[in-house]
Amino acid sequence: MYAYYLQLGLRSLRRNPMLTALMMMAIGFGVAASMITYSVFRAVSDDPIPNKSSQLFAPQIDSWGPQQNEKGEPPGALNYVDAMALMRAHKASRQTLIYPVMLSALGRDADSVPSSASGYAVTGDFFPMFEVPFLYGSGWNTSEDDHRAADVVLTKEFNQRMFGGANSVGKEIVLGGNAYRIVGVAQHWNPAPRFYAVWGEDGFSESPDFYVLLNRMLDLHVDSSGRNSCRGNLAFTGWDQWLQSNCVWLMPWVELNTRSDAEQYRQFLTSYAADQQHAGRFGWPANIRLLDVMAFMTQQNVVPPESRISLIVALCFFVICLVNTIGLLLAKFMRRAGEIGVRRALGATRREIYTQYLLEAASVGIAGGVLGLLLTAVGMSGVSLLFDQEIAQLAHLDLSLVALTLLVSVLAAVAAAFYPAWRAAQVQPAWQLKSN
Amino acid sequence: MQIKPILSALRRHKAGTVLIALQIALTLAIVCNALYIIHQRLAHIAEPTGVDEPNLFAMANLWGEQYTKEQAAAKVQQDLATLRQLPSVADATPTDGYPLRGGGWDNFITMKPDQTAKTTDASVYVGDEHFLRTLGLKLIAGRDFNAGEVQNMGLRESTIPPVTIISKTLADRLFPNGDALGKSFYSMSSTPTTIIGIVDTLHRQDVSTWSAPYTGQSLIWPLRLAQPLGVFYVVRAKPGQLADAMREAPKALYAENRMRMFPAKDGLVNYQQIREEAFERDRGMAILMGIICAVLLAITAAGIVGLTSFWVGQRRRQIGVRRALGATHRDILHYFLTENLLISLGGIAIGTLLAFGLNLWLVKTFSLGFLPLTYVLGGMVTLVLLGQGAVFAPALRASRVPPIEATRPA
Repeated sequence: MYAYYLQLGLRSLRRNPMLTALMMMAIGFGVAASMITYSVFRAVSDDPIPNKSSQLFAPQIDSWGPQQNEKGEPPGALNYVDAMALMRAHKASRQTLIYPVMLSALGRDADSVPSSASGYAVTGDFFPMFEVPFLYGSGWNTSEDDHRAADVVLTKEFNQRMFGGANSVGKEIVLGGNAYRIVGVAQHWNPAPRFYAVWGEDGFSESPDFYVLLNRMLDLHVDSSGRNSCRGNLAFTGWDQWLQSNCVWLMPWVELNTRSDAEQYRQFLTSYAADQQHAGRFGWPANIRLLDVMAFMTQQNVVPPESRISLIVALCFFVICLVNTIGLLLAKFMRRAGEIGVRRALGATRREIYTQYLLEAASVGIAGGVLGLLLTAVGMSGVSLLFDQEIAQLAHLDLSLVALTLLVSVLAAVAAAFYPAWRAAQVQPAWQLKSN
Repeated sequence: MQIKPILSALRRHKAGTVLIALQIALTLAIVCNALYIIHQRLAHIAEPTGVDEPNLFAMANLWGEQYTKEQAAAKVQQDLATLRQLPSVADATPTDGYPLRGGGWDNFITMKPDQTAKTTDASVYVGDEHFLRTLGLKLIAGRDFNAGEVQNMGLRESTIPPVTIISKTLADRLFPNGDALGKSFYSMSSTPTTIIGIVDTLHRQDVSTWSAPYTGQSLIWPLRLAQPLGVFYVVRAKPGQLADAMREAPKALYAENRMRMFPAKDGLVNYQQIREEAFERDRGMAILMGIICAVLLAITAAGIVGLTSFWVGQRRRQIGVRRALGATHRDILHYFLTENLLISLGGIAIGTLLAFGLNLWLVKTFSLGFLPLTYVLGGMVTLVLLGQGAVFAPALRASRVPPIEATRPA
């Protein structure tokens, strides 16, 4: 019977091609606008490390005080003194410090010009903590951190550029005029957003080239190529004094596997900040945060406002398209009042009429969904016109989005048909028969 | 034209009437706000930089080796000499960034050395005595830097020079009486810096939302970056020779010392490229909102056509009766136009409230500006015209219904 209703529905749609086309277009455009903006929103607000995001935390300590911090919030990164204190205390099962660096890389060709390579200075725990996949070799052991070794891990992309993709583990590479030992080559791994470094970056840039041992970078006075934020009067006259200043530039991460571990770490941070107050370094009570990955993403406003606004406007647009569809369906159904009257007089129940017209709407939904899918596919190729290149690259039409597009279209069409179908089911057979 | 019969007819088509009114209301709310977003984004894109954009380009020069402060300073001096003697180059300056670069260096400004809360924020440019001339900035008061004032700035040195040149916007912000020249302020330092010159316009390096309250507030210090990482060179080509200069400059620098890099991304850019990148998001938003507005208006118009056509079809007999009783083509046409006008006015009344409601929410959540009344008025006129335009074809069809319809069964 449902198949028959669907058939009836399709036939009736063919009878008013203009009206049908109008409804299809309303649903198609509405759903396409929503899906395109949603695909971008989904890409920028996704969990970058789903299986560990609740166990990785960014500790924050207010080293600026209530008069200079941002509306009571501690800075998003740490200064050198606090960062080193947290590392020394080692109260987490794994912990790392990160800062971005930019170094020159010399090709194997003797008279080639250097090319720029960007990477992160990290500690050994970085690799197991963030589950960095390896193509060759592995990360370095944390004891290497203490030995301040000249170790480096290349990314697959950089290894391709410098070594043609060969296994380069054990080889040397010269970066910024100094030699480093390659201990591993990472697989392609570039979480989006790049959660571990979003403080001071937009979080969606291309994969870095290497990860290099942090202590070695500090020994060589390799400056951060990223953000450095300071407060108050600055009096440093060089590297060593800068390290002791209140400038924040080091991004800390800790791995805490259970809730109680996190609670203990929070207490440790509080007591550390309180100690600093007692020692006279901080002139204010402890003000700390311990944010997991998703909370940190929210605090750092990783999702661009453009992406949010466009999603909201697109959804409003979809709602208007639905209102439009309700009107058109009402017109379409009520035009057939006579036909309904005959069917009702011949014994069809209200429920049957209701089902029939909902199914007719569903078939409009399917057709609109297919149109919407086509428009979404076309729109996806134009996403790079509307958003940053880096963000546009992340948005893609996958199977789940296709399914969602069709599902939303059908649901929307059926929802839009509730009222018109109810009106159709209310048609009085006697009145219709009489007036004919 | 009598309104009363129209109203009583509409009362018999409540659902259709409400749907059209609702659609007009929502469309008004979205279109007003979307147009306002477009306006704001375009205004942002149109902000002047104050520099000689057609002839300027920037090079991000990163060193291939680790240099000491003295070495780096000497290399920079040598590079500048090389750049300035190129036939296509008018002038060049070493700096920490350029207007619209995105991000960059900014400092808090205070009026007293021990003040903890900032007075305001300024984008910081550093350069040598060629900075103003190279960028083509217009000095409106005071004097330019002289060579003797330029100091070298090494790795992580917080040097605050005793003199500065600031933008007029910053001058007016710090000294509203217009007497900024010769006055001094503090910038994250216990020693003051004195204003020796004021330039007309100098846009900030960053273009993001957080810096909107500080738009146009910039300061320049006579410092030559002598850092291990590298330095930006801003180069001004002779008029009409930008392409030549952009080709010759890197070649000449590499010939002089090949241990340097110009990163593939933003290593060598002219202002057309800088603008494109700086306002990528703004342009994208404007385009998206534009498309949504256009499609939305089209869909709303199509919806009105569809529903009115249905009404006309439904009322053929009544129209026939009216015609038989002496109504002219014109009367019928006016009937449908007036009917649509009444519905539109109702929708607009609700839509105005919705428009301001949506705007308030956008202001609160995304710090969008308050919607000016002109946008709502413009939106109202647009929607009334759209409604009348959409209803015209079905109404014309209605007016052609022959009086004979009155005698036919429905």
